[in-house]
Amino acid sequence: MNKPLNKMAVQATINGERTAFLCSPGQVLADVLRDELELIGTKIGCNTGDCGACSVLVDNRLVCACLVLAAEVEGKSVQTVEGIANGGELHPVQQKLLEHGGLQCGICTPGVVVAAKALLEHNPDPTEEQARYWLAGNLCRCTGYDKIIRAVLDAAKTMRGEAA
Amino acid sequence: MNAYQEFKTIGSRPVRPDGLDKVTGRARYGADLNMQGQLYGHVVRSPHAHAIIESIDCSKALAMEGVLAVMTGDDLVKPGDEMLGSGEGAMALKDFVPMVMSQGKVLFHSQAVAAIAATSPELAAEAARAVEVTYEVLPAVTDVHKALAADAPILHHDRFPDDYPEEPTNLATHISLTVGNPDAAFEGADVIVEQTYSVPMCHQGYIEPHACVARVDITGRTDLWCCTQGHFAVRHFTSAATGIDLGKIKVTPSEIGGGFGGKTTVYIEPLAVVLAQKAGRPVKMVMDRGDVFRATGAAPGAETRVKLGATRDGKLVAVDVDCLMDSGAYNGAPAAFPAYMATACYKFTDARSTGRSVYTNKPKIHAYRAPSIPQVTLGFELAITELAAELGIDPIEFRLMNAVEEGDANMMGAPYKRIGLRECLEVARNHEHYKSPLSEGVGRGVAMGYWINAGMQSSATLNVSSDGHVAVLTGSPDIGGSRASMALMAAEVLGIPFDHVHPEVAPTDSVGHTDVTGGSRTTLATGEAVIRAAENCVAELCRRAAAEWGVEAGVVAWSQGAAHYGEHSLTFHELASRAGNMGGPLTFSSSLNSTSAAPGFAVHICDAEVDKETGRTTIVRYTAIQDAGKAIHPDYVEGQMQGGAVQGIGWALNEEYLYNADGVLQNPGFLDYRIPVASDLPYIDTVIVEVPNPLHPFGVKGVGEVPIVPPMPAIAEAVCQSTGVRFRDLPLNPPKIMAELVDL
Repeated sequence: MNKPLNKMAVQATINGERTAFLCSPGQVLADVLRDELELIGTKIGCNTGDCGACSVLVDNRLVCACLVLAAEVEGKSVQTVEGIANGGELHPVQQKLLEHGGLQCGICTPGVVVAAKALLEHNPDPTEEQARYWLAGNLCRCTGYDKIIRAVLDAAKTMRGEAA
Repeated sequence: MNAYQEFKTIGSRPVRPDGLDKVTGRARYGADLNMQGQLYGHVVRSPHAHAIIESIDCSKALAMEGVLAVMTGDDLVKPGDEMLGSGEGAMALKDFVPMVMSQGKVLFHSQAVAAIAATSPELAAEAARAVEVTYEVLPAVTDVHKALAADAPILHHDRFPDDYPEEPTNLATHISLTVGNPDAAFEGADVIVEQTYSVPMCHQGYIEPHACVARVDITGRTDLWCCTQGHFAVRHFTSAATGIDLGKIKVTPSEIGGGFGGKTTVYIEPLAVVLAQKAGRPVKMVMDRGDVFRATGAAPGAETRVKLGATRDGKLVAVDVDCLMDSGAYNGAPAAFPAYMATACYKFTDARSTGRSVYTNKPKIHAYRAPSIPQVTLGFELAITELAAELGIDPIEFRLMNAVEEGDANMMGAPYKRIGLRECLEVARNHEHYKSPLSEGVGRGVAMGYWINAGMQSSATLNVSSDGHVAVLTGSPDIGGSRASMALMAAEVLGIPFDHVHPEVAPTDSVGHTDVTGGSRTTLATGEAVIRAAENCVAELCRRAAAEWGVEAGVVAWSQGAAHYGEHSLTFHELASRAGNMGGPLTFSSSLNSTSAAPGFAVHICDAEVDKETGRTTIVRYTAIQDAGKAIHPDYVEGQMQGGAVQGIGWALNEEYLYNADGVLQNPGFLDYRIPVASDLPYIDTVIVEVPNPLHPFGVKGVGEVPIVPPMPAIAEAVCQSTGVRFRDLPLNPPKIMAELVDL
């Protein structure tokens, strides 16, 4: 037996744009972003909040989109990896990840970009250790994190206006 | 002598061509494609690790509204003894089809037994729960020793290894190689070390779960999109499992979110194809994380007994190594690699090397980065370190006294050509890290490693546009920056800017056959195809310029991106823009079966500190040194070295498959199967050594796999130096370390 369709209407600001979508009460934000809004940059590695590939900002708070119900973002602002670059201009975190080769397969990269942006907004001058602890929720199996951490610290430098 | 001696582009570090899509979220991975009208597949998995399937009743599931197809193992080909695939992914059909979906017997927990296609993922999951399967449950065995015991439950009653023809056994393979007379040689040794070392089963741990979407039309023409290390292998395996003609299947590889060997086979792809064929609609399937851990190719656990004999002055004179590996439910053939390669870093005259693998009720093991060699190397390298300590010789010095060089042979017989092991050891010995003093409580370990590296089949096609830009099509999925390497190599040969080259990973019907991205072969072999195709392009452009100038083609030279003869010159751009009037479109291909592979060698230095109150090990400093032959894009060579080292750190300190007595995996998620996170680690320092491979036009050697080989013994030694306790069984997690420290 099919269950009766039971959809909720939700309005939120997604990457700066007023957006309305329908979701079922149990549907998580990650699924809605990917399947309803075609924002496939939010990746699903585990669906249990352990890998950080689905990191997004909800009202500027860093969360795993697989652990947030889509209905919870009603009236809120959601920022995904697609909303991090400013038009044609990459965010320094994105630019530095490219310059340092801070990605290999790239599946964790969207989550790293979102999490690192949040870090640098909270703390414009993190130590290596602070960057490592902040990004400890973003699993990367390819890089050993070396070039990711270097890229994030370099991006912080750029954002502070210091020469590389 | 390499064909190319000086480089303009090779060795530089441009931004990778696919980077922009990957930092902005546009890149499409396995789960990121939807086909119009698609259904969602869901797999029914066995709750038992060992059972006979008595019946499968799908009628209730099929009767549900929105359920359009069901399948069981009966819908797949009945396998015989044929072999499939090549290289690290090679396997027998009978070890593959039932692994994809059981055909009467269940041999590991969460093995697929049926699958459903329905109009939504939720409905497919609900319908899967309505499939009624009755099992005759059999006792499960997950330990290799218990599996070899006389009263063990037998997994395969129809298999008899060569040496054991009398009755069925769980021994899957047994290979033993002897050179000289090791037993007599031990008699002449002054010092002998004999110990046993173990490593647990672990998982490749790629972050992207397997995902695919398939469409099959009424004539059997199949479109398959999936994340894979090799779409030609997917086509081959999917054809073999479904019976659909190979040539009717087109596989388009998505971006791939990690693989490390684990995506050189298929799990859900044949199921999606069969369901799509039955339903007459596309079917999308995405594995969940738990099923990735429970039911896809883990890396074998291993126990290695090593006996080494040396003379007082530090010459290794006798070797006996015996590696017992866990094969899981089917034959993943893990035993041959250690038998052939365990001794590969050392000169020897008298050695015996044995590899055995054993069936257990666990998922069939599959390739993981230098398959089986990290496991056996833990034992071999730790034993070498213990032997050096007994002799009172510095561990690097002892290795230098016994390391292989050009002309030496390993167990495979053929002498090494120009290899870089000694160079790596000398870099390590002279490295500031190795000379630096140790803080109180910090221990230091050193180890080295070998991996054979593959050549195999690759193809490339170059299409030159009229504006002088070049598309480079290859069949190698880009798992770690290989597009950048391909573009660099094409730009080097053609003499054009890097950003005028546009590398693409092409579907199966758009480029020649290409084996998997694996075996550390992509930059070497697919790169060689790109180099050859670019050389074909240069030769044709020289011919065209010669015709224009009315001279013999042989007198025209190509340099700086232009054809030259005397006062004449024609640039690449000019020749490209005039192609329509000078002979037609410029398209060049090269396909080859590369014979230029050269082995990889690495030396790692690790400083570690064990917290004596918690047993937690902190990696304080780490340096990876490796011979890359020639680094095409050094960032991505360093990245391989760092990533491999950190996977080794995870395996050494944490990673372990934990099974209960019923054969159910107890830690099938990233919370409990803990891979290293950023805060666990220091920077991983790297030194790329370049001893050119004489067989390759640019001197390239494969780099991807060997960096996972030295970490475990290097870390285990550092932990020993920090604690004063010799640990020989990994992982060195806090409970294991505390159990020893508390006893002290």
